[in-house]
Amino acid sequence: MTPRIEVVAVDSLMVRLFDAIDEGNMPWILAASQRLRDVFGQQLIDLVPSYTTLMVQFDLAPGEARRRILHALEGLRPDDGKAGRRHEIPVWYHASVGPELPVLAARSGLSEAEVIDVHCGRDYPVFALGFAPGFGFMGLVDERLATPRLSTPRKRVAAGSVGIAERQTAAYPAVSPGGWNLIGRTPVRLFDREREGYSLLQPGDRVRFVSVGHAEFINLGGDDSPQEAQA
Amino acid sequence: MSQLRIEASTALCQLQDGGRFGVRHLGVTQGGALDWVAMRWANWLLGNALDSAVVEIALGGFSVVAEEDCMLALAGADLDAQVDGQAVAPWTRFNLGKGQQLTLRQPRQGVRAYLAAPGGFQGEAVLGSCSTVVREELGGVDGQGRALVKGEVLHAAGAIAGQVGAPNRRSHVPETLRPVYADKPVLDLVMGAQIGDFSGTSLFEAFNRDWTLDSRADRMGIRLLGPQLMYQGAPMISEGIPLGAVQVPPDGQPIVLLNDRQTIGGYPRLGALTPLALAQLAQCMPGATIRFRAVVQDEAWREQQACLRCWG
Repeated sequence: MTPRIEVVAVDSLMVRLFDAIDEGNMPWILAASQRLRDVFGQQLIDLVPSYTTLMVQFDLAPGEARRRILHALEGLRPDDGKAGRRHEIPVWYHASVGPELPVLAARSGLSEAEVIDVHCGRDYPVFALGFAPGFGFMGLVDERLATPRLSTPRKRVAAGSVGIAERQTAAYPAVSPGGWNLIGRTPVRLFDREREGYSLLQPGDRVRFVSVGHAEFINLGGDDSPQEAQA
Repeated sequence: MSQLRIEASTALCQLQDGGRFGVRHLGVTQGGALDWVAMRWANWLLGNALDSAVVEIALGGFSVVAEEDCMLALAGADLDAQVDGQAVAPWTRFNLGKGQQLTLRQPRQGVRAYLAAPGGFQGEAVLGSCSTVVREELGGVDGQGRALVKGEVLHAAGAIAGQVGAPNRRSHVPETLRPVYADKPVLDLVMGAQIGDFSGTSLFEAFNRDWTLDSRADRMGIRLLGPQLMYQGAPMISEGIPLGAVQVPPDGQPIVLLNDRQTIGGYPRLGALTPLALAQLAQCMPGATIRFRAVVQDEAWREQQACLRCWG
């Protein structure tokens, strides 16, 4: 791994660690993120990790920032897995809140129950947060579940909706427009301004979805209002 | 405590401050005054911290009545401001007596005016800022991300000017320090990493042709119309997007990403406008033309530092 440092703006540099999306990137991104925070300290304005990169915004002359980045990356080792947290996120998988559950089943030739098992069958690293506060891009889902985004995005996706786009999966923290294929809904609050750290998910965390029935979904505070099927 | 009752407002009249920082990795956008230079001058006139919360008023349609005597300051666009029918010059501090009405009617020059009050306007700080981001339901007076509405009451954090921080000795921004809103501004663009992946013709055109501001513009971004730019590099994987990024989607028409932009994205970029260029852009109407000038990061950084020194 040979990181590249690229100019992106007057006060920002991009640290490019990889050229392709891979679950194996995350321990490196996490480790680099921690080192950069330590080395920049108060001079760090923002740090935006993504699939293959970290964007560093700083309150420093660019030359000095570049030196600090090089220093932070010296002898970098991947994170040992203790830094990120693992979350189990309950999901009520049902066509009334996840209208594309039957669609995915039909596409893949699996039963709905099998689609659920496959989606719940592995831990997904959180590659990046974006699109909306607390929206975590996770993956990669089993290739049998890979599905392109809806050709016309919905104007209103319910909060907690769990969806799939290509080989990525995510849960919508709040009501928003969206084009992902919805297969269920979680009662968990993903973004909460009262919570320490605000967002349940942080880049580098791992998520395991757990299928729950309707009664448990309601007990956990879930809202079972049906999702409109189309835009 | 100064209180202003809002008599008229629009979706484009919002509480803004310096923006929200340290939370971009959570997918939370930056927010903040689009013309940060004018915001700073408005606060400077009252002796406020330069990033204190102000009202950003785009295109006018905003009016307040003082519920008690207060001192205010206006900077940025000339939106034909009047107090009870008497013109108020922008870039000045002025008194608004109890019962008097301040109205910002329509643009005469520029787009966005900034109204400051002693100590800054009070808002519910969310994630460290009062900046209103409607899409994310963050900031504003009650923290829920709402634009200002008729009937709402704005409170200033300071009692009257002079009791918070001493108001500036000058009651106006010196002429020589006021930004000039040029008809056809040349905007500095820090060249980014993908610049070499655009076709030679596209690169020439990007920096030697006029760009017209499209009407498709909001606090997330402004579309530009002009020659079609051709990106020839590999498809990109989503990554962090800096303030002022000039991204080029497949239709070849650039979009300048502003304060309320999404935090990550995967379109190639020519680079990013400097903060000073963004302040100028914030005062350009749809239909206005601009040009880009390529600059390198170090030079842009030095110019930014020199600019920041003008507030001492």
